[in-house]
Amino acid sequence: MIVTGKGGVGKTTVSVALGMRAAAEGKRTIVCEVAAQENASRMFEHTTVGFHEVELEENLWAISIDPDESMREYVLLQLKVRAMRDMLFRSRIFNYLTAATPGLKELVTIGKIWELAQLDRKVKSGRKYDTVIVDAPATGHGVGFLQTPRTFANIARVGPIHSQAKTLDNFITDHDNTGVAIVALPEEMPVNESAALEHDLVEEVGVAVDRVYLNGLYPERFSKEDAERLGALAAGDEGAPKAAARAALSEFGRARSQRAQLARLRRRAQAPVKTLPFLFEPDLGPEAARRLSRKLA
Amino acid sequence: MSPSSPRLTDALEGKEVIICAGSGGVGKTTTSAAIAAGLAARGMKVCVLTIDPAKRLADSLGLEELGNDARQVEPKLFEAQGIEMKGELWAMMLDPKQTFDELIARQAPDEESRDRVLENPIYQQISGALAGSQEYMAMEKLFELHTEGDYDVLVLDTPPSRNALDFLEAPRRLTQFIEGKSLKVFMKPTGFAAKVAGRGATVALSVMKRIVGFDLIADLAEFFNAFSGMVDGFQARAERVNKLLAAPTTCFLVVCGPQGEPIDEAVYFHRKLVEAKLPFGGVIVNKVHYPAEELCRGGKADDLPAALAEKLGDEDLAQRVAANFSDYQALAERDARNIEHLARELRATGVIRVPYLDEDVHDLAGLAQINRYLFATGEERVAMAAGRA
Repeated sequence: MIVTGKGGVGKTTVSVALGMRAAAEGKRTIVCEVAAQENASRMFEHTTVGFHEVELEENLWAISIDPDESMREYVLLQLKVRAMRDMLFRSRIFNYLTAATPGLKELVTIGKIWELAQLDRKVKSGRKYDTVIVDAPATGHGVGFLQTPRTFANIARVGPIHSQAKTLDNFITDHDNTGVAIVALPEEMPVNESAALEHDLVEEVGVAVDRVYLNGLYPERFSKEDAERLGALAAGDEGAPKAAARAALSEFGRARSQRAQLARLRRRAQAPVKTLPFLFEPDLGPEAARRLSRKLA
Repeated sequence: MSPSSPRLTDALEGKEVIICAGSGGVGKTTTSAAIAAGLAARGMKVCVLTIDPAKRLADSLGLEELGNDARQVEPKLFEAQGIEMKGELWAMMLDPKQTFDELIARQAPDEESRDRVLENPIYQQISGALAGSQEYMAMEKLFELHTEGDYDVLVLDTPPSRNALDFLEAPRRLTQFIEGKSLKVFMKPTGFAAKVAGRGATVALSVMKRIVGFDLIADLAEFFNAFSGMVDGFQARAERVNKLLAAPTTCFLVVCGPQGEPIDEAVYFHRKLVEAKLPFGGVIVNKVHYPAEELCRGGKADDLPAALAEKLGDEDLAQRVAANFSDYQALAERDARNIEHLARELRATGVIRVPYLDEDVHDLAGLAQINRYLFATGEERVAMAAGRA
């Protein structure tokens, strides 16, 4: 399951919540972060998630996929002769090429995700996972990340890179085993962007978009009548009652405009839309993710 | 205590290039447009550039679409929002591929080498989709517009990369790639160059061929050969772009949100700016919840539910309003904590706090509201947020 969406929509929280959900169902699950963001580390304060599989909770694992480490691991798996590897890692051209080739980082990252998803793991003593959840990079570059394997398959028309990039592309577009979830916020432009992203993911990349999560939906705490009664207080005198009335009207306004965005998203999205509540919490830790995971049932 | 807030106009005084940087989802595009509009309203000819593929800027400026050519935003649209346009506001959306093609055309010594590059499969892939080239092209276009000198001020909305740092590193990475000096020699499959390069390199290359396939190596060699006549031009240009970025007439504004993660990114980005000796102009935090102490003149009520019940004459509604306020204040306390940390880390003389507005900002009315907050003084901002202005 690849969790995508634009920056700041809560992809990490939703990824961890999805991971908790799968783990609670008894599936051995791993949440992968990419681009060395280590957001999950931030969530689980006492655990440092690096380029190794760490267990966060029962059945729930995490890894932060570092492209340089992935590249090393890939070469290690390709070249069995140690002297050859050492020479390659020391070689200027190799280091130059791996650092400079655009998209190579994304490619080896997807390669590592593929490796984690294999029933027969390539890495020594690697155990299989039932579910692999990917906290994908923000969609700033459109569908670039997920399209990388195909781009490489096209550049290298034949040869091992071609066939391996093709394998990764098939892996991403395998509708039976790989799904994409889009995380969106209930605002005008994020809704537009999510709809456009879904379109591109389906039409251009050819992946299966299983679900769109509308994250951060405010509760409907006040009715229209409530809002009307609060109007005078909010406009009137000073002090705490005024500030509280203004906060209530703000909540009312946001909850209402978010409902309108939810309706728009439902009209425009092909995949089913699932809402997740806004959590009035200063810091979203594991407990917040757990509460969201219960909503994912 | 709120961090003191200087006026944005002071920070932007005499600037010709303003670069809004920050991680995705923090309102960078809107902020860029609001700053550009504010400067245009004060009589300058301003162009705001975005690279955002989602056409957000066009949406918020009331333009049908934006292209690689600048378009002027109707002054009447702003006047309808109560903003008088003394200057001109222009906007454009970068097409990275087209900008790259134009750059090649300009740098190529002749038509043949131009076509060799434009038709190379590797060029076609990197110039469009792949990460890195967008950031580079944004700088490139910025440089071009600055050199042409048609505008008083250029405002750049940086690409929404997950890590704001990509933006600073991309040009260097891409020029290094294009230079490909060390590589070109080794690429030639046989001959004198291979002998000169030495046995180690030849073996390394043959190992690499086994991993990546010969075809790709051949394409790469062709790519670098095609670029060979342009390397010097690219280098010279990259140096001039870097010079522009470091000039005293340039200013980097860090834009972020009040949550922990965007704040940390802003701190990190600021550190990188300082390391790279690039001019930092200030920090803007969007979607801030103001704390009760600032919103309520006359202090907090000891028993808010009771005070509300008395005024509203409705116990149940009073309870709900009080509970909601307490939820909002929990967010306000978090924001205050994070902003204090940010101000300390940046040793910033002021942090511009734009409140979380009740309506989602996606049109000119929202933009005008953000504009008023950005260009106000700290006190005016608090008054607006508290509904006193």
